Amino acid sequence: MKKLSIAEALRECIRGEMRRDERVFCIGEDIAIPGGWGGAFTVTLGLEEEFADRMVNTPIAESGLTGAALGAAMMGLRPIADVQYSDFLFCAMDQMANQVAKMRYMSGGKLTVPLVMRAPVGVTGRGSQHAQNMETFFLPLPGVKIVCPATAYDAVGLLRSAVRCDDPVMIFEHKLLYGSKGARVESGSVDASSEIPDEDYTVPIGKAIVRREGADVTIVGTLLMMHRALYAAEILAAEGISAEVIDPRTLVPFDFETLRASVAKTGRIVIAEESPKRSGIGAEIAATIAEEMLEHLLAPMKRVAAPNTPAPFSPLMEKFYVPDAARIAQAAREAVSF
Amino acid sequence: MSYETDFLLGLYRRMVLIRKFEERVKYLFLEGIMPGTIHQCQGQEAAEVGVCWALEEGDVITSTHRPHGHALARGLGVQEVMDELFGKVTGCCKGKGGSMHMGDLAKGMVPAVAIVGGGVPIATGVALAFKMKKQPNVAVCFMGDGAANEGAFHEGVNMGAIWDLPVVYVVENNLYGASTSVDLVYKTKTISERSSAYGIPGLTIDGNDVLKVYETAREVIERARTGGGPTLLELKTYRITGHSRRDPALYQPEEEKAQALADEPIGRFRKCLLDLSVATGEKLDEIDAEVDRQIEIAVEGAQAGTDPRPEDALEDLFVE
Repeated sequence: MKKLSIAEALRECIRGEMRRDERVFCIGEDIAIPGGWGGAFTVTLGLEEEFADRMVNTPIAESGLTGAALGAAMMGLRPIADVQYSDFLFCAMDQMANQVAKMRYMSGGKLTVPLVMRAPVGVTGRGSQHAQNMETFFLPLPGVKIVCPATAYDAVGLLRSAVRCDDPVMIFEHKLLYGSKGARVESGSVDASSEIPDEDYTVPIGKAIVRREGADVTIVGTLLMMHRALYAAEILAAEGISAEVIDPRTLVPFDFETLRASVAKTGRIVIAEESPKRSGIGAEIAATIAEEMLEHLLAPMKRVAAPNTPAPFSPLMEKFYVPDAARIAQAAREAVSF
Repeated sequence: MSYETDFLLGLYRRMVLIRKFEERVKYLFLEGIMPGTIHQCQGQEAAEVGVCWALEEGDVITSTHRPHGHALARGLGVQEVMDELFGKVTGCCKGKGGSMHMGDLAKGMVPAVAIVGGGVPIATGVALAFKMKKQPNVAVCFMGDGAANEGAFHEGVNMGAIWDLPVVYVVENNLYGASTSVDLVYKTKTISERSSAYGIPGLTIDGNDVLKVYETAREVIERARTGGGPTLLELKTYRITGHSRRDPALYQPEEEKAQALADEPIGRFRKCLLDLSVATGEKLDEIDAEVDRQIEIAVEGAQAGTDPRPEDALEDLFVE
């Protein structure tokens, strides 16, 4: 057992996967430069020392590297591709959406695409082009699975599942949860480190987890919002409101069973997300609840999200923009007092 | 170079197969018998067969929205390609792909990518896998003159070049990207001269001379196979049909079309075979008739073929 940050845990996990299976390799920008950074958030730091020929350091060419990862995956390798900021997935959108997501289906199921694409998300004072939570853009895309690990334990378990899965899996990691050190420390970071067991374990894709049990209201949040939902639950507990916090961990396929059990118990739900509200994760969850679990609801559903604007730079505006524990708690109070 | 008769007749037969397949399908489509859409390659047979004839077992091609010729040249069966056009479950993509996604990776062809230029990074990735696995195979990326202006071309070719990957980038320049003449979208005289931007060799040859294409393809494919890296091979050719199904190609000047018809590759090769006494006119006519019958059998087979169940649409998305 070792307590590791998400960045450290991912690094050791990637190392372990490459040792376990020689078909696994990494492909991305700045991931394998001696004396470099190990990618934008230190995750691949130093891996080139052990795996010189399996760390493919690309030019700045997101579309190219995504297509190359697809080609390699079809031929039996197992690439872990990454972009430095999830916003750059827009540069690779054709390859992700028209090629990666559709190739197996178009082949009539005759080929497989065991590809992993990792991308960091979250608003962090860098301006709107380095700030998006791109998982929302891939929710509607049939053909990719989407996971969002909010703890180091889950990051390791889900990365292993993703690498070992024969389908394309996108892994969205949060910049404020990496726990990056040294020159890459992020101000505003949240401790998402975990005790990582020595043995080989996985977290199944498609399984949510109840982070905190409660009776009065269900709060759903991924990544940073999961941590803020837990803070909100503390605030609410002091007021006598018992909040249940669910971390979906996987967005596609979404674990509606765990959600249903919670909604049946509490009758009230708050969905917190860092993306703008329109057509976000909350929209899909709320629509499904309305279709399939309406009889359990005791109050209107609440969505706490960013406004429908790009992310602003100024710290004062950023604080207004990204939902915090206070706003989540307020939404929960409104649901409970309906 | 000297060739066995069987080899030469094999080239002839395959080009005729593609031409007659495309012509038959064109009318099936216009008569409303076949669903979907089609983008055809009549006139480009020498370019496609010449390159594919230089491939070995295990080599892989990527293709475009105009893939029927590539599929037949690479060795997919006439029946499975026809079945796919009719959306049958016995199609090469089980009816899931259609005209623009022909292919079968097990037979050396990635299901065609209909996004112009989209296949270039993918071919680069296939070659990356060959290199990393130390597998002595080559990826050949077919594309048109339109694709070489897409950003994906730049990214994909550059990566092939910097890593000396076993890949050949083949541009079938048929002088039109959809309806737009290359003169309107290129300042350079050739497409292959863009190769110097990536530090790799580039060549432009007559893509309607099947033996010239074959010999050149062999050379550049061997270069790739033996660690010499990629080549940008431009094959000058012409599409003697519309861009897609209902295109009368009014943007192609009449004299140009007439010249192209006179210059088309099958007629040229036929004349070459006759002039060199490789075959008689009767022998070649016999091959033509056999191909006609082969195609009729495929059409009947496809029309009588097994339809998928409608709910098959829900399958083949994920492995698990």
